[in-house]
Amino acid sequence: MSADEKKTGKPAPREKKAPTAEQMAAKQQEISVTEFFEKNKQILGFDSRSKSLLMGIKEAVDNSLDACEEAGILPDINVVIDKVGDEEYRISVEDNGPGIVHRMIANVFGRLLYGSRFHALRQSRGQQGIGISATVMYGNITTGKPAHVQSKVEGEDTASGMDIVVDTKTNRPIVSNDLPFIWEGKEHGTKIEYTIKGRYIAGKQSVFEYLKNTAIVNPHAEITFRDPDGKKYTFERATEIMPPRPKEIKPHPEGMEIGDLLKYSGNSAQKTVSAFLKNDFSRITERLCKEILDISGVDGGKKPGSLTREDAIAILDAIKKVKIMAPPTDCLSPIGDTLIKKGLMHVLDGLRPDYYATPVTRSPKAVNGNPFVVEAGIVYGGDIPSDSQIQILRFANRVPLLYQQGACAITKAVSDMDWRRYGLEQRGGKGIPFGPAIILVHVASTKVPFTSEGKEAVANFPELQSEIGLALRLCARNLKSHLNKIERKNKTHAKFEIVQEILPDMAKKAADHLGRPVPSLDRTITRIMNVVWIEPSVKKDGKQKRTFTYKVYNYTSIPRTFRLHAHLPKECIKDLSIYSSPFFLDINEEGKANWEIRDIQPSASVTVEFVLTGEMAETFDADDIYFSGLNPVMVMGAEMLPGDWGIKGMEIIETEEDIREEEEESEMTEEEDLDDE
Amino acid sequence: MNDRQKTALGSLTGVVENIYDQLDGGEIPSMELPLRSKKNIEFDSRHSVWKYGDLKTSRTAKTVNGAVMMLRTVYTSDFINEMIRDGKSSTLREMYYISEGWNNAKFHSQDESNLLAEDLETITGCMREDFKLRPEESGAHVYGDLNFETMTKKGMKKVNCIDDVSEAGFAVPYKVEDDTFRIDPGNTKFIMAIETGGMYARLIENGFPEKYGCALVHLSGQPARSTRRLIKRMNEEFGLPVTVFTDGDPWSFRIYASVAYGAIKTAHISEYLATPAAQFIGVTASDILNYDLPTDKLNDKDIGALNAELTDPRFTDEFWVTEIQAMLGMKKKSEQQALAKYGLDYVTDTYLPEKLTDMGVL
Repeated sequence: MSADEKKTGKPAPREKKAPTAEQMAAKQQEISVTEFFEKNKQILGFDSRSKSLLMGIKEAVDNSLDACEEAGILPDINVVIDKVGDEEYRISVEDNGPGIVHRMIANVFGRLLYGSRFHALRQSRGQQGIGISATVMYGNITTGKPAHVQSKVEGEDTASGMDIVVDTKTNRPIVSNDLPFIWEGKEHGTKIEYTIKGRYIAGKQSVFEYLKNTAIVNPHAEITFRDPDGKKYTFERATEIMPPRPKEIKPHPEGMEIGDLLKYSGNSAQKTVSAFLKNDFSRITERLCKEILDISGVDGGKKPGSLTREDAIAILDAIKKVKIMAPPTDCLSPIGDTLIKKGLMHVLDGLRPDYYATPVTRSPKAVNGNPFVVEAGIVYGGDIPSDSQIQILRFANRVPLLYQQGACAITKAVSDMDWRRYGLEQRGGKGIPFGPAIILVHVASTKVPFTSEGKEAVANFPELQSEIGLALRLCARNLKSHLNKIERKNKTHAKFEIVQEILPDMAKKAADHLGRPVPSLDRTITRIMNVVWIEPSVKKDGKQKRTFTYKVYNYTSIPRTFRLHAHLPKECIKDLSIYSSPFFLDINEEGKANWEIRDIQPSASVTVEFVLTGEMAETFDADDIYFSGLNPVMVMGAEMLPGDWGIKGMEIIETEEDIREEEEESEMTEEEDLDDE
Repeated sequence: MNDRQKTALGSLTGVVENIYDQLDGGEIPSMELPLRSKKNIEFDSRHSVWKYGDLKTSRTAKTVNGAVMMLRTVYTSDFINEMIRDGKSSTLREMYYISEGWNNAKFHSQDESNLLAEDLETITGCMREDFKLRPEESGAHVYGDLNFETMTKKGMKKVNCIDDVSEAGFAVPYKVEDDTFRIDPGNTKFIMAIETGGMYARLIENGFPEKYGCALVHLSGQPARSTRRLIKRMNEEFGLPVTVFTDGDPWSFRIYASVAYGAIKTAHISEYLATPAAQFIGVTASDILNYDLPTDKLNDKDIGALNAELTDPRFTDEFWVTEIQAMLGMKKKSEQQALAKYGLDYVTDTYLPEKLTDMGVL
């Protein structure tokens, strides 16, 4: 209904000389994908000046990282932003990837929806191949300037360089200045430069933040960045370990739509429908193929290309009725707990956090034929602001998500959890909690379900949310046990103050006052402490060497025998110091080390010491020390050996003594307003 | 050194000895103190005042707080011992500063040092004056036709509290015991303790003390020990009736309670300080209604204080329960000076004569 009709309630009078269908047909024409995107830039995420600037860089960096990984090269990426005019920036992103052969360059950078990945199912950063060419196009449109690409393949004498413009009508690249040249000092790699209208901003959704977060989840990459003011930043490589190359898998039949099936069948190189089903999908066996064809009544002998819409519907119905194994999950490449920790430590070191909760990598799950895996980590304390909402670092396939936090499944999973029981503040047990914490969540999948083409938020579905929730809970439990540890430590410290300072002072002063000898405090101290006390300390010796010292005091009234345990990064045990300790027992494959302390006398103390060297040495936390063979109420400074370590600890030898639980009674004091004076 | 001081020294040494013996015997030092809260005050019918009951709290060196308090006890005992030996005395504030050199025993606020002095009083049964510890002058003043003979640097000197003082009246010293402070009631017929300086000055300007033979005592907020002790002596030794005139809010009710019944913090010496015969003039909740006084709304703290008073054993008589509930009911409070609504002379010409006649004082 037109506005006129609404007002009058009568049909609006037809305008004279209305265009005829023929005339309209002349105006109707094919709109190319490129033109469509030009008119709907926000779909790709180019909806504001500051976002456009970021999106372009993000696409280029994602491509570089993907290319390097695919070629097994440790990535070195250099990003430079220069301001060239009012809201106009020249961006340059250079990598040390394998390079692109000359004939492919124009298509990769100048043609939308072009790329090697479009039909492959594999965990990769870019998933549609829309990104970098969209960036080139957006630059062309907003500034009228072409992008410049240069690339060198290893072993070639010359590099290729060319200017590229995307023809928005035909979705084809227009190339100029295509010339080979000598790229001095460059073995291999690609560099793209383009000019774009944008706005450079600082803060949460800035290029800097994006690169920083990228560095966290890509600890194998070295990223350098020069901002428009000429300030240089370097995110150094934190590890030489490359992530395993993600495997390609065939599509899994579950969760497939009619369109997908028809598209696959149309492109299939197979001769028959049954061969198509068996060979082009994962998990369809000979037997299953037969069952599907039987139920659907589709002729398995005909050509895949001749499948009709009705055939497709019948096949999809049949697929729902048969039992198909979940897709293989070994195609995913999670970051892994140690490397997440390493990445966080490396990049967030400036905040001097007190604690990096042991990150959690869940085992892969599959929904609708798509395997996915969830990872989470929590960083706590230090200079992280404690009076504001916690920061959530969201990642999908190792790419930071900076926009649409509210719409994201990760945010929802964080908000739905009751964080109060894990030591963070949260109003009413819902919403983003408050406190000095940063939460990291990474979702990896062959097909991350994004809410839009801009790939800014992960769409929610129950299985994903439950996996994120489980990962967060495991991390949060680690955090909570750390917070408990701190509280216990404070208590220990308080007792230390009593026995080391207050009581000796009291004894001396009282003795002076009365003119008597200063009494011995050993028995009183033992009574107050009544614990075996383990005091960890760590000495940094350069970047790659740490000396860990555990001082063990027996503040109980009888001799004690027990064991200490620690899970050490095995590769860091490079000298013999650990073996030379008289208390050392053994260390297993996984790096779980055991010490035994025999018959330590009351009021006596011993020292256990070892050295860790190498890049992972910093990942061991001195407080992660465990004991066995003692009743937990009489130990301070270490935790009881967890049952799931697969190590048999020492049995507790029951002794005839009463173990008094801590009675924390404080004196009754009451707010009184009845003060005199 | 006089006998009282000898007793004080003896008991303090006993406290230190107790701690020493526990340490020497390999025990965790601990000590018991009466619980100093409203849960533990009981009516002492012999003195008609409220005193601590039998509830005890124990302080042990197992906790940092307990250990620090005991360390302070030892340090403070030692310090008092020195003062008595050298014939010196110090203010509570000075003790607080002296503790700077006491390592872990250092007081972090003057409240802490005051609290410890009171602890020592309760443990030893002595008064802090015996320990040579004195408070700052409290700012309390007396105005009326009566005479005090007080110790000055030139010996005992007699002062009339109208003729020989400024308009502000006679400043009450921190110690008002008979050896240095003698009272001659002169023409005074009764005492009126007043909460605010404004009302005190109004009554003096209007000639109220002269006209009715009244001695005014300006309490200046919660009355100091010596102010309460002075009121107590004038009542007990010279039979002068005592009245209390305050604002009409929950905090003022507590001022009256500390004059008449004894304060919770000093319940161990209530029989020295409290004047059970003291009568409350107002401003009562009923006055607010009867005299249609301008009011303020009760805030959350006021309401909390009133509710706390309902569970305070000192406020359990019918008068207070009725007054407190009336105030909670109207959700309003008022000030003494609100009587100025009817003119500056209203309080002296109408309100006080009416109230005092009702109470049988006039």
